[in-house]
Amino acid sequence: MSGALRREDVAHVAKLARLLLSEAELDLFTEQLSQVLEHASDMASLDLEVVVPVAHPFGLINVVRDDEVRPCLDRDEVLAMAPDAQDGRFAVPRIMGEAP
Amino acid sequence: MRSAVRIAEEVRSGASTAVAELAGALEVVAARNEELHVFLYVDEEGALAAAERVDATVASGGDAGPLAGVPIAIKDNMCQRGVPTTCASKILEGWRPPYSATVIDRLLAAGAVPVGKTNLDEFAMGSSTENSAFGPTLNPLDTSRVPGGSSGGSAAAVAAGMTPLAIGSDTGGSIRQPASLCGIIGVKPTYGLVSRYGLVAFASSLDQIGPFATNVTDAATLLEVLAGHDPMDSTSLPEAAPSLVEHVRDGVAGQRIGVVRELIEGADDEVLESVTRALAALREAGATSVELSIPELRLGLSAYYLIAPAEASSNLARYDGVRYGLRVDADDVTAMNEATRTAGFGAEVKRRIMLGTYALSAGYYDAYYGQALKVRTQMIDAFARAYREVDLLLGATTPSVAFAFGEKTANPLTMYLSDVFTIPTNLAGEAAISVPFGTGEGGLPVGVQLLGPGRSEARLFAAARVLEIADGRP
Amino acid sequence: MTLEHGYEMVVGLEVHTELRTRSKMFCGCANAFGAEPNTNICPVCLGLPGSLPVLNVRAVELAMAIGVALHCVIAPSTFHRKNYFYPDMPKDYQISQYDLPINTGGYLDLPDASRVSIERAHLEEDTGKSTHLGGSGRLQGADRSLVDYNRSGVPLVEIVSGPDIRSSAQARAYAQELRGILIATGASDGRMEEGSMRIDANVSVRQANAPLGTRCEIKNLNSLRSLHRAIDYEAQRQVEMLERGEVVRQETRHWDENLGETSTMRTKEEAEDYRYFREPDLVDLAPDQAWQDRVRAALGAMPAERRRLLRERLQDPTDAQLDAVEVVIDLALEGLVNAAVDRGADVTLAIARAANEVAAGIEHVTNLTPGAFTETVLMEQRGDLSATQAKTVLGELLAGGGDPGVIAAARGFERLSSDSLEATVATLIEQFPDEWGRYRDGDDKLAQFFIGQVMKATNGQANGKSVVLALQARR
Repeated sequence: MSGALRREDVAHVAKLARLLLSEAELDLFTEQLSQVLEHASDMASLDLEVVVPVAHPFGLINVVRDDEVRPCLDRDEVLAMAPDAQDGRFAVPRIMGEAP
Repeated sequence: MRSAVRIAEEVRSGASTAVAELAGALEVVAARNEELHVFLYVDEEGALAAAERVDATVASGGDAGPLAGVPIAIKDNMCQRGVPTTCASKILEGWRPPYSATVIDRLLAAGAVPVGKTNLDEFAMGSSTENSAFGPTLNPLDTSRVPGGSSGGSAAAVAAGMTPLAIGSDTGGSIRQPASLCGIIGVKPTYGLVSRYGLVAFASSLDQIGPFATNVTDAATLLEVLAGHDPMDSTSLPEAAPSLVEHVRDGVAGQRIGVVRELIEGADDEVLESVTRALAALREAGATSVELSIPELRLGLSAYYLIAPAEASSNLARYDGVRYGLRVDADDVTAMNEATRTAGFGAEVKRRIMLGTYALSAGYYDAYYGQALKVRTQMIDAFARAYREVDLLLGATTPSVAFAFGEKTANPLTMYLSDVFTIPTNLAGEAAISVPFGTGEGGLPVGVQLLGPGRSEARLFAAARVLEIADGRP
Repeated sequence: MTLEHGYEMVVGLEVHTELRTRSKMFCGCANAFGAEPNTNICPVCLGLPGSLPVLNVRAVELAMAIGVALHCVIAPSTFHRKNYFYPDMPKDYQISQYDLPINTGGYLDLPDASRVSIERAHLEEDTGKSTHLGGSGRLQGADRSLVDYNRSGVPLVEIVSGPDIRSSAQARAYAQELRGILIATGASDGRMEEGSMRIDANVSVRQANAPLGTRCEIKNLNSLRSLHRAIDYEAQRQVEMLERGEVVRQETRHWDENLGETSTMRTKEEAEDYRYFREPDLVDLAPDQAWQDRVRAALGAMPAERRRLLRERLQDPTDAQLDAVEVVIDLALEGLVNAAVDRGADVTLAIARAANEVAAGIEHVTNLTPGAFTETVLMEQRGDLSATQAKTVLGELLAGGGDPGVIAAARGFERLSSDSLEATVATLIEQFPDEWGRYRDGDDKLAQFFIGQVMKATNGQANGKSVVLALQARR
């Protein structure tokens, strides 16, 4: 686990997270994240095969709502906060690929 | 400063008015906000409208509510309709939500008067408010020191006498730690007790909104108003708000207190001294005590610093420049997302997003995030075993008194360590309160922490009340 | 289509269907097609900071109904976040189900008696919709895009079949049968052209009994015809590649209906890392046995059952008759057919009228009562109406309802009296002595000729059977 975080991993993760890092930041984050993960290595090395992660701490299940229509937001109010809008829709610069 | 309960009584009886109370609060804000940088936004217009409504209710003979006319400060990561909500981040600078958090609605229904939005560490990530994109808040008790974080602004608002009440959010200690550093009461309620609808999410399975106050009864009154099932939050507990104020005077006779080694080891001497004296006070009031060790708690920091960033990395993905907030233009949408997020997020936020994304990514999930979830289950079980032996746990809130600006910013890990005593409660989804008890270096306040199982707030308030009296604040 | 060189195709289908709920999956916004852009949005489906999802109980019930209809195991399930950035996703993650979906391990039997396994059918939320400006309106070449979030948060069920399908025809039959089931459960309106039902196909090829080949996912199949064509094209493409010694890359491909070919969208190397983790804002779903039983009890008969019952009424059905049965089941018209047959109508006639005339006016089927349909068929059967007349009456009933007897009288569709029929036949026998001669000598085919002449002479009022009886009597 320790020292396992490489610069390329950090660069790849930055891409996944839509963040642009400078070379200096890449170095800094690699070092800092490594330290945090190193610190977590005490936990990572435990054998916890039988432990099942718990969902809600107090066991809530089946929380649902009725299928009823409720008032929604006013379109003008919503589009007023948009960085760019046109024809009642949110405008974005061109999309490079199809949705996954 | 008078207590919130007292103010509300006077407003309801006509001895005072909400408008007058608001004016008093705004005076203090005006006098000290520029220096202390507590409020990012003071909503004079909205506050006045709310105050006038309260006074009109009183004038017409109606019940203006348990918090009638009480000015209250709101941490700026909670949506309030039409009021700027920035989360202390450039990426939401100027954004006014078109809806209000459930807690805001409840506060207004109880007659409270929200005065403005307080400073925090950006997106609630931090323990000192130094991560705010708009500059840090200063500790009112010593302006060369931090007020704590991430709810530093809210804690400072109360500590500076601007408002008798404030609300903050606690994910790893962000209410309790600033409460401790500012010498006031701070509560992290049971997970699900207070609705998260309208709280800008940091780590969804850990976040809870909670009260800041100068005294236990005020904190209990405020929590009663905030608590109770909300159909807009699937994780909210099904029951209505519990009755808390009536239990504040229950005392601690017969209560078994566990002093947990892992919740004091590594704390400064003066903090340890406060815990020791607090224990004595509880015993004097009729509690028994036992020393405990819960070794599972040692893994809390590691588990937290994987679970919280992982959830945060997903919760913060929506800030992409498309629908609201900052947009930095580019030729294609991906480049726009990147440019926007890079310009809009501060370093700590980026760091946690990176950490969280890594922990969840293919190939690493089992070793990091998956493992952390199991550790969390172990911790819940460990607490459950402890609570079979005792009713409450006692420990320190944070290892030291308020530290100086810049003291812990060189290495992120150093800052993360200040959450070591508070994190386990969030992981377990249980309840805890920080109570000021004694002072340390330079007269700076020390907070001690009482912990209880889920839904044990009444018991916690009763014990906190005992400490409050013992510390000379009857 | 048989593939050359001994290859067989292996196909699995993923079908997404929008659920017919009043409100969205996680919020109270209306679930409505065709509304003005961004008029059905709220903090939750817009993913505003601080918003939280709350599950729609009707979506859960419809998912369970689908599970029952597909013979799945309904188990406790969990929601997960599927994380990726795309402008039509307000939270930049989609709430879906990952390793613990609500329905697993089912199957679907097709009319040809083959069985396709159902791996899972799970709940998830839909995304918004983008339109592209500049270029030709397609994604490539656009300068900017506009996003409408009305569809964001609409409830979906995704149904994933096992890789059991072996031909495009079978794929089509699967899609059709599944669509019938989705409509029958009330879960979906099955409108592929409106996007309420979407299909992706996973296609690979292999030599018989060889291990599975590399598969490609085909997207953008907007009709059953596209499904059929795209699968055949893709299987052939892969066979040709393999025969040339090339390796098939695992990728997602886009079907172009106009060009009739698939093209690369994304290769595996660029595949997204979705970083699935359990959705912390939702709690687990564990429908108890009582709830499951209520859903099961409320479910009507599925197409397979209705088809079986209808087929049982037929003696030795021809292929044409079986096709007609499919139309009746597909359009849920067996109620009309059964009502008529129960009152003595001939089953073949009833099915024919339903599969042809009623099907033609299906948008107005609510105007046609079972009683009116029955009466019309019986009138034709008795000879009170000719076939042509019966079809006209049905057309009018579909257009505006009414009573068949009244309609027939209004149009002057009176029964041709036996006297005037005899007279007409006699006249025609004199008019066409050669044809009559051949018929009298045993050439039965000429009966059709005379029927045609009688029809011409009587304006379609005669009943074919009566004509034949009259001719036979004179032989």
